[in-house]
Amino acid sequence: MSDDVRDADLKKAEFGQTDAAGPETTSINMAQAKENGFTKLIKAQAFQILIVLIVIVAIFSALAPDTFAQLSNLRLVVQNASILAVLGVGMTFIIITSGIDLSIGSVLVFSGVVSAIVMRAIGGDDWGTATIGIIVSILSGLAWGIFNGVLISKAKVPPLIVTLGSLGMALGLSQIITGGVDIRQVPSVLTTSIGYGNILGGIPIISVIALVIVIIGAIVLHKTKFGLYTYAVGSSEEAARRVGVKVDRHLIKVYALSGALAGLAGILSLSQFSTTAIAGQSQTNLNVIAAVVIGGTSLFGGYGTIFGTVVGLFIPAVLQNGFVITGVQPFWQQVAVGAVLIAAVYVDQVRRASAARGASTSLWRHFARRNNK
Amino acid sequence: MTTPVLEARGLSRAFGHVRALDDVDFEVYPGEVTALIGDNGAGKSTLVKALSGNLAVDTGVIKFEGNPLQLTNPMQASALGIETVHQDLALAPHLDPVQNMYLGREVMKSGIGGAFGFMNVAEMRKESRRAFDELGATVRSLTSPVGSMSGGQRQAIAIARAVHWANKVVFLDEPTAALGVRQTKNVLETIRRVRDKGIAVVFISHSMPHVMEVSDRIQVLRLGHRAAAIDTKSTNMEELVGLMTGASTRGVA
Repeated sequence: MSDDVRDADLKKAEFGQTDAAGPETTSINMAQAKENGFTKLIKAQAFQILIVLIVIVAIFSALAPDTFAQLSNLRLVVQNASILAVLGVGMTFIIITSGIDLSIGSVLVFSGVVSAIVMRAIGGDDWGTATIGIIVSILSGLAWGIFNGVLISKAKVPPLIVTLGSLGMALGLSQIITGGVDIRQVPSVLTTSIGYGNILGGIPIISVIALVIVIIGAIVLHKTKFGLYTYAVGSSEEAARRVGVKVDRHLIKVYALSGALAGLAGILSLSQFSTTAIAGQSQTNLNVIAAVVIGGTSLFGGYGTIFGTVVGLFIPAVLQNGFVITGVQPFWQQVAVGAVLIAAVYVDQVRRASAARGASTSLWRHFARRNNK
Repeated sequence: MTTPVLEARGLSRAFGHVRALDDVDFEVYPGEVTALIGDNGAGKSTLVKALSGNLAVDTGVIKFEGNPLQLTNPMQASALGIETVHQDLALAPHLDPVQNMYLGREVMKSGIGGAFGFMNVAEMRKESRRAFDELGATVRSLTSPVGSMSGGQRQAIAIARAVHWANKVVFLDEPTAALGVRQTKNVLETIRRVRDKGIAVVFISHSMPHVMEVSDRIQVLRLGHRAAAIDTKSTNMEELVGLMTGASTRGVA
């Protein structure tokens, strides 16, 4: 193709003009034949970020084949990412509604604290006590989620502010309840099973729990009416409201889901670390948000996948692990993750801008146009 | 004469000191395109809102198929088979045409799957395709987000959605305002097909040529009042403009 023709084509795309036999007259069947599953897959941001992850893993594997590229190391990475994955599922739903939840780290701590106190009060070191502890933890998180959701949907306070407020409140209340001293009595049935137990010859139980949550989350988001409404509310609240979607109620449910998952993460954390770790979750919210956004979920709502979030979680996790193993100062992880985060949001912006123009959402087209100018 | 499918008698609505609707009469007949025209601020949008359940009126009666009723919300109007295509279309840009078509009215899987919230996507896709084909709507793809489509296609999807759910009355608020020549032609063609299905179409427009081309009956609003209700065949553009601006009067006033 000569440069002139190419230029004309790109200009046409830019102004959304079409030839005489352009898309307006393209039949459904013709258009769908062009857009098969494979090209869609390649266009998905989650897939692009997966390639980045694979490249990172390949580099570290080449640098440290004896230490990094070992099953035991992989297990460690997966185990460390498990709690964040549980939180990431809830956060993905929330960000797709174009909301945000800053409170998850504090809610995790609060749920763990309340659960630990209840289990200590009951005494006992059996599954009965542990089950009550698990339920209490999830319910505590659920309560915070409903609190957030009601204020956001009914009182119309922006999510950033509501969850910033509940971040402080949940953490403050945790410290008031405990007097600022971590509780370290956790039933050993929890620590030996969920905490560091394995099944099927070496798969951490905590990771299995996270995987189950991730799979259920993905099915709910992508296959059910609940998931569809989540996208609809994030895409256009007004459009959803006009066709009779109960937007307020749906938002409350989504924040409640995130809260309940933070509660579950609370009991997982309690089991894994045998302590309430009150001061240990100050960065959790930002890490989870970063993972969700790196995974291609749009901060502006309406777009995102659970798969992307999982991939987005592993990029920081693998970087951290890889830097430690290869002897790079692990502080570089923060620098690298920050750069990936900004790049991911930039890619999302480009995609949204071209979607708004009705043009192709392919990144290559975008860069090609840049170079032609 | 047949009974109007939707009829309004003496509707009034004031916003503070402004009387947006002042004793307005209005009627729509099945299988006809009724154009609703008027200058900016004549009360067209207010009237449509009142008739689609989006706005309560101060006084007046709304009759549906001859029976008086209170329209309090848009869902009630939808249940009666009355749909509105607003100027902003109210489509969710990230969802595909099928999801938009069925948003809020999903077809669920039967049995246990449906109880868990699983939708019958195949059924919805099949029905959507049928609905688009029936209107001759050229939808680029049933699986691409609506936001990536052209204005004409989005308009077609919004109209197809309204027609799919409305079996009595469809309100189209300026459906051709933002469209090019060809897309406009498609929309006007769509309006005719909807009418031929026996559905009453209320077509709001500023474009007199489009009104003359597609409507069977024209109702002119002026300053919140009905200035005229006339047969399209018995009028011309100059007269319509005169009626809209108040330069001439005719018919019921």
